[in-house]
Amino acid sequence: MLTILFDGIAYGMLLFVLAVGLCVTLGLMNFINLAHGAFAMAGGYLTVVLLNKFGVPFLLCLPAAFVFCGVLGAILERTLYVRLYDKTHLDQVLFSIGLIFISIATVDFFMGASQQMINLPPYLQGRIDVLGASIGIYRLFVIVICGLLTIALQYALSRTRFGSRLRAAVDDGRVARGMGIDVTRIFSITFAMGSALAGLGGALGTGILSLDPFFPLKYMILFLIVVAVGGTQTITGPFFASILLGIADVFGKYYDNILEPVGKMFGFEMPGIGSFTIYILMVVVLIFRPQGLFVKGASR
Amino acid sequence: MTDFTDDRLRARESVISGSRWYWPEFLFWIAAASLFFLVPTKLTLLSEIFILGLMALSIDLVLGFAGIVTLGQAAFFGLGAYSAALMAKHGYGAFLFGIIPVNDPLLGLVVAAIVAGIVGFATSFLVLRGSDLTRLMVTLGVGLIIEELANKMKSVTGGSDGLQGVMPAPVLGKWDFDLYGQVAFCYTLAVLFVMFMLVRRLVHSPFGLSLKAIKQNPLRARTIGMPVNARLVAVYTIAAMIAGVAGGLLSQTTQFGSLDMVAFHRSADALLILIFGGAGYLYGGLVGAVAFRVMQDFLGNITPQYWQFWLGVILLILVLFVRGGILGLLRNGREFLSHPGAAKAGAGAVLRALIERRSPLALIFFKGAAKKVISDKRSERDGESGKGAGGV
Repeated sequence: MLTILFDGIAYGMLLFVLAVGLCVTLGLMNFINLAHGAFAMAGGYLTVVLLNKFGVPFLLCLPAAFVFCGVLGAILERTLYVRLYDKTHLDQVLFSIGLIFISIATVDFFMGASQQMINLPPYLQGRIDVLGASIGIYRLFVIVICGLLTIALQYALSRTRFGSRLRAAVDDGRVARGMGIDVTRIFSITFAMGSALAGLGGALGTGILSLDPFFPLKYMILFLIVVAVGGTQTITGPFFASILLGIADVFGKYYDNILEPVGKMFGFEMPGIGSFTIYILMVVVLIFRPQGLFVKGASR
Repeated sequence: MTDFTDDRLRARESVISGSRWYWPEFLFWIAAASLFFLVPTKLTLLSEIFILGLMALSIDLVLGFAGIVTLGQAAFFGLGAYSAALMAKHGYGAFLFGIIPVNDPLLGLVVAAIVAGIVGFATSFLVLRGSDLTRLMVTLGVGLIIEELANKMKSVTGGSDGLQGVMPAPVLGKWDFDLYGQVAFCYTLAVLFVMFMLVRRLVHSPFGLSLKAIKQNPLRARTIGMPVNARLVAVYTIAAMIAGVAGGLLSQTTQFGSLDMVAFHRSADALLILIFGGAGYLYGGLVGAVAFRVMQDFLGNITPQYWQFWLGVILLILVLFVRGGILGLLRNGREFLSHPGAAKAGAGAVLRALIERRSPLALIFFKGAAKKVISDKRSERDGESGKGAGGV
């Protein structure tokens, strides 16, 4: 039980690092970037290549993925995304789906369609017992890293000058622009940071999530759920949303057959609930709180 | 009083005039039917194109006319496909009212439409609220839930193995589906034509006009007394039914039901087809479907596995450079040609736009002209500033 909870938290933390960039860019520019997962995939594949082909230590792969995806994000933002800010949501959706397709085909071309595995260093393998719960060291590692990142993000957002500018821009971009804040530049930096974080999340997640060319499509909905449930105004919202989703998903998969007796009673085969939990959670949240679960009052 | 009737007559006239037939429309349908004799070897491909077109038409109704961004139309397509397939599979030898065989294709389509319509109606209330993003996610979420259901309910749908043994009865009790797809071609074309006529009628009715009003400004539409929510629910349900019919057609003509029919990529493909042809034009989906499959054939021959890559590239180009799809281009082109002097002005505008964006294209192709425009601009600006300085 505790183990499942722990796994859920690790999964949720990972989800947060993957999705936080999407939340901020959405809140800042009202830009729907469905291709966010492509950056995570890039980070994951970079780790696979560096680790398995060139034998780069795992701990070095993580910052490499961070930097690589950050640069990639910055370049794409300046060349392509910047043209779409004033277009309709439909255009943005189509554009990012196009990017997803391109990324899927590109990765498929270079790396093949099969799922990628990484050989974790020995010190991250195995499990330890804490308070009667068996805990994977790797998951503990993920939690520690993501926890540190979250604290750093929260600090940067609430204590630094850039953070206050960013918050101002999210609250009201037009007024912020009027006050002399360079919103476009802030957005570029945020976008690059978000992509970098996604890349790091992808690199960290290669041991937990399944990494194959369809990664951006498979996890797109998860990221969107984080945004929908957590809202885009803060980063604590997405954080709690991610943890909630992580736990719900792991629990749902673990108690997959919980409804089977009900099905037996009525004499038909009941499908497992595992893959539905998060979707149902999302639809329920969107019905009752269309602005997100952790948003105070009405927003834009 | 007379003024009032005058207004009503004028309104009536304006509604009717929109629904008049133009000659290219006759040409389009005659061309579609004549393909039966022109390319008799590709009839199955053609019926698939018709089905894609019908699916895109259903999205057009939701997106192009009512302005709801949806990524979950495959859910209804798949529901229709599975219902029709199940009717045809289990209905063999059974009769409704003693005369109609349960696996009759048309009956299957009716059931497909009803099933998809019920689910569409039930989920339509979810798309009423929230922004584009919320709608996008709700439609996507519903689509994924249905996809997952189809995957998990193996005893009904066959799961990832697909649904085999789909045996529809002969169409109208006479024509059995043949290996060359001749019956499938005529059947899908006929159904497409009927559905298209229904949608055409719908779009040019006061109902259709109110949808356009809602798309342009929901708030204003509400204030002049339109039941916005009821209209959206209605159009979403109708679109779901049409998608269900399209799905039913596919599973009947291919005599197979598979998870592929509910998959996300089908929603994305259909959306792309519509955008490619031109959303908001009735023929957008149909033209897009033809262009899509032709491109898929062409590009897929070069790199069969990486068709998806080109699909992505095409999407980027469409969004960045081509507004309104193929039909949008045609319309712009026609307006272009009908105004003397417009061509020159248009070319100038394009050139200027390219230069102002510092597009490398402009510098490569129009080097001389670009330089001239830039120098013109510079002298203009200098002139203005000079004037300004003189004034001070």
